[in-house]
Amino acid sequence: MPPIECPVGCPVGQKGTVEFLLQGVIQAFRLLFSGDPETFSAVAATVKASSFSMAASLILGVPLGFALGHLRFPGRRQLRLAVDTMLALPTVFIGLMVYAFISRQGPFGEMGLLFTLPGIAIGQTLLALPIVIALSATAVEGMDAGLRTTLISLGAGRHRLLVSSLWEVRHGILAAALTAYGRVMTEVGISMMVGGNIKWHTRTITTAIALETGKGMFATGIALGLVLLLIAFAVTLPASFLRRK
Amino acid sequence: MKTFSKWGCLSVIALLVCLSVFPSVAAAKILMMATTTSTDNTGLLDALAPAFTKATGIELQWTAVGTGKALKLGQNCDVDILMVHAPAAEQAYVAAGYGIDRREVMYNDFVIIGPPADPAGVKGQSVSAALKTIAAKSAVFVSRGDNSGTNKKEISLWKASGDAVPDKQSWYVQTGQGMLASINIAAQKNGYTMTDRGTFIKYAHTHGGNPPLVVVVEGDTILKNQYSVMQVNPARCVKVQNDLAKRFCDWICDAPAQQLIADFRLMGKQLFTPNAK
Repeated sequence: MPPIECPVGCPVGQKGTVEFLLQGVIQAFRLLFSGDPETFSAVAATVKASSFSMAASLILGVPLGFALGHLRFPGRRQLRLAVDTMLALPTVFIGLMVYAFISRQGPFGEMGLLFTLPGIAIGQTLLALPIVIALSATAVEGMDAGLRTTLISLGAGRHRLLVSSLWEVRHGILAAALTAYGRVMTEVGISMMVGGNIKWHTRTITTAIALETGKGMFATGIALGLVLLLIAFAVTLPASFLRRK
Repeated sequence: MKTFSKWGCLSVIALLVCLSVFPSVAAAKILMMATTTSTDNTGLLDALAPAFTKATGIELQWTAVGTGKALKLGQNCDVDILMVHAPAAEQAYVAAGYGIDRREVMYNDFVIIGPPADPAGVKGQSVSAALKTIAAKSAVFVSRGDNSGTNKKEISLWKASGDAVPDKQSWYVQTGQGMLASINIAAQKNGYTMTDRGTFIKYAHTHGGNPPLVVVVEGDTILKNQYSVMQVNPARCVKVQNDLAKRFCDWICDAPAQQLIADFRLMGKQLFTPNAK
């Protein structure tokens, strides 16, 4: 990130908190509207990795979550418990696991995924998948039980039943997607461990915040945090239109 | 069906985003380096990398971690080259066959910094005397505590002072974080810490030349901080790009790059002194 001029010293102790936060807000706008290339590189890295991981986790997770909530099979409760436990996976731990597999010494080392955005996306997919599965399953379980009976009594076939059920839980799935997106966008552990925080390549907004904070550039850190919030807003805004009936 | 078209629209957008996510990357030659936080945080690598690309057509990418993790990444064959600063650990690393062709590149020195008021009264003392005083007075001392080159050096200084290396003492704060983060913690706690001079100059620069912590102990020969490059051993790691790594070693040890290092200044102060042989 560009150096911040601190003629009278940046740290919190020397300036009022309000002034310090204000500096962050001003800089957030400066970074965005001056077209700061490092910031835009980090924004692009964040958007690319999170888009890929969200697409992958939704494609895999929604059908699995639907099946978990809809079907009745032996071991379902245990499986549900396992998925719910996975909601607590620490991101640094996922990062380490993915590193172990894609390090050149690891089983998938040949693919050259370490220090790349696809590598980060794989880790983030593992992070998002349990969230999508668990929340989709919850949405399906919470579906009006009467709907099924009504549909069958109206002569709906299996196919029609499935489509109608999916349509009925669309808001639950949207909520699942947004929750997962929130975690994927904000995680640091996976991006740091698997991506390596490499400037112009795998430096995401969150690893940039960690770096700037480590360097004592607190205002830049706050500015980048605000940039991240703006992206989140840009994503959730269309989603809020979808929610309107 | 109004809502339906909205969802259809979203699917199309989602699909487009997915398709545009990973465009094929131009197959440029990329050299991957693991290095220490000081070479990155000071901005030195930002200054050197474009010159290296211009001279050789090779793009330099680096991940800035502590020396301990950098060595581990090399041992796991995940990087091609290392630029670190823990001579004893590096020699053991080469002896173990993980790295080859260790070459000294540049040095600066470590300094002990503390509050201008100097509550423990160590200003101007020798390193050993200063550490003994800090321990005796239980003045706050911030340690990296992360097995980095700086941390290894600090531990060796405690050993050289004759005192036991502190660990659980309440005044001894092990942050587990990078150098600038640790300096900031020391400043907040009004304590002492040890840093390389390059990072300290960067810190002073950030604070407009008026940093909350100042140098209290310096100049001891024991405080020399040597940086070296090593290639990851291609005999162990078949996938590493040893040809690119070797070119970097040759380039950075040659006169033009050595001059770039000497010319790298902040606030008019030189951060590193080139000393390649």
